[in-house]
Amino acid sequence: VEIEKPGPGDEAERAPSRGKIFRWLDLRAGLNELLHTALDEPIPGGARLAYVFGSGLLFLFLSQVITGVFLALYYVPSADHAHTTVAYITKEVTGGGFLRSVHAYGSSAIIIVLLLHTTQTFLYGSYKGRRELLWLAGCILFALMLGMAFTGYLLPWDQKAYFATTVGTNVLSEVPLVGNALKRLLRGGTEMGTLTLSRFFVLHVFLIPACIFAFVAVHVYLFRRAGAAGPIEVPKRPTETFYPRQVVLDLIFAIVIIGSLGVLAHYAPTDLGPKANPADTQYLPRPEWYYLPVFQWLKYWRGSLAVLGILVIPGIMALIFLLLPFLDRRPERRPWKRPLAVTTYAAIFIGLGILGGLSRHDDLRDPVTAVQTARQHEDVKAFMKDPFEPELSGSSIGIVNATLASMNSLAAKGKEIFEQQSCNACHGDGGVGSVAAPKLIGVSGKFSSEKLETLLKHPSIAMTHGGMQPVDLKDEELKALIAYVEGLK
Amino acid sequence: MCESTGDPGSSTDKPVVSSSSLEDRRSFLGALLGVGSVFVGGLLSVPLFRFVLHPLLRSTTPVAWSGIGTVDELVSINTPTRKSVLIEQRDGWRKVVSEKAVYVIKNAGGQLAVLSSVCPHLGCSVPWVAEKNEFVCPCHIGRFAPDGKLLGGPPPRGMDHLESRVENGVLQVHYQYFRQLVPFKEVIG
Repeated sequence: VEIEKPGPGDEAERAPSRGKIFRWLDLRAGLNELLHTALDEPIPGGARLAYVFGSGLLFLFLSQVITGVFLALYYVPSADHAHTTVAYITKEVTGGGFLRSVHAYGSSAIIIVLLLHTTQTFLYGSYKGRRELLWLAGCILFALMLGMAFTGYLLPWDQKAYFATTVGTNVLSEVPLVGNALKRLLRGGTEMGTLTLSRFFVLHVFLIPACIFAFVAVHVYLFRRAGAAGPIEVPKRPTETFYPRQVVLDLIFAIVIIGSLGVLAHYAPTDLGPKANPADTQYLPRPEWYYLPVFQWLKYWRGSLAVLGILVIPGIMALIFLLLPFLDRRPERRPWKRPLAVTTYAAIFIGLGILGGLSRHDDLRDPVTAVQTARQHEDVKAFMKDPFEPELSGSSIGIVNATLASMNSLAAKGKEIFEQQSCNACHGDGGVGSVAAPKLIGVSGKFSSEKLETLLKHPSIAMTHGGMQPVDLKDEELKALIAYVEGLK
Repeated sequence: MCESTGDPGSSTDKPVVSSSSLEDRRSFLGALLGVGSVFVGGLLSVPLFRFVLHPLLRSTTPVAWSGIGTVDELVSINTPTRKSVLIEQRDGWRKVVSEKAVYVIKNAGGQLAVLSSVCPHLGCSVPWVAEKNEFVCPCHIGRFAPDGKLLGGPPPRGMDHLESRVENGVLQVHYQYFRQLVPFKEVIG
């Protein structure tokens, strides 16, 4: 059906032949004008692969929003349940491990594409020409994304999450005067706990995303207002519209991103470590790769100079970065004519890379660290191998304990022996496990009574290694102990 | 080259458009992109659907057996004996343990059997009345024989037998709920 679209002359000229439904919608919602605004944005010098990073970031952010919303379907932000629910998602829910991996790798992908987008903008001098606000909005988005990465890291509440965030929030106390107050505000107290988790959850799921949506809108609006900066030299090709070639390039990039995330998530899913154990004094936390340079940098600043290294130097650098379009007023965009800016930018990146490398190097060189890191790695692998263990609901615990005590006098006697023999010193009260020894809950599912008896009398090499002593008890006492241990749920 | 430093609205050159063949190509491409996007989007949403539907599509939990007591201690019973059992139910990532009452009886062959204490009429808990040697439901006076058979009153059927077995000398029961107000035993939940 041929239709005449009454409207701006430009559009009337190229009135496209479209169907009835389109016309109906167009007359009411101004669809044509909307499409025109969205798709006919002029790109000086034509479409280029170099321009795909911005839309790639938008795409990745949407992917994070979608996967995040779905993950929230099973997640509970409480120190009691967070780890169980993430384990449930990872080990039991169909496609849960995959979805969580896409979300976790997505955060790394955002950082990578952010760096590419920033580098492209910097090298092309695209922040020049009345684009100061555009650049500022971009810088704020960068900071917000780093905030998302930091707050999201704690949510699984495993060892890695807990201790990395403990270190991360401790850095705040270096801020003069208000440092400790800031740290307590963020943690919801002096120590890390369930209130910290709530705060990080609210930041990660409500506050920061809301800010990102707002600043993406501002960023895109300012970008469309200023127009695409285009190539750095006189364009060889004529100006093109955004649609179709740039749209196709952007879509190809999006497919490459989601494809890579999918392949990574499928073949190397993100794992989950054992539940956070604040009593563990051995744990060596390491941040995600993009925070490694900062982590290494902080090592060099101790004592009275710490303020300088932690606050002043990064602060000045961030400020220079933020004010770049105000400081660099020359219209010159070609990078080879801007040696100072480009060299500084490259030097900072190489410096960050070296710091990251040094951090890895330090960890590998120090034998104590290497052993501990290897052990932590083994713990994670062992935890991932265990099947999902549902959490006994709060109201059930009393029922189970009361019944255990009343119904089975043998087990009650076993409990006494368990405590007399100090089994609980390592295996924890009620066999919940501790740093020193594994939990005994659910052990009846792994070993028969006979096998348990053998193991208690003659511990395996691994058990002896962990400090387990052979149990020397009368036969009926041993029976009672086994009855108790088998009943642990 | 300074034009390209991008003064807002500096792009004076008009985008190249508008030969009809170009228009055709653009609409063909548009259709292609539309179909492609729907296809890729559909593909991407598959894991999301599976994720959401997990609790509905999960295969039923394996039969959980709850221990009642050792056969040695139960074998001497002569009248229906009330016992508490713990039943474990999965509720997503939690397990919920609750206490249920059952009756251990001896059937005609002298073997142990287990009755649910839930009245098949409207679900009241049925007590054993030793003086009358029968079960009497206090709600609507349904009466049952010591083996659970219906003697009288509004209940549509006798008391429900629960599946039981003996494992390592311990009598175990598979606790279930049954539909009320129907003449035949029908498992629910």
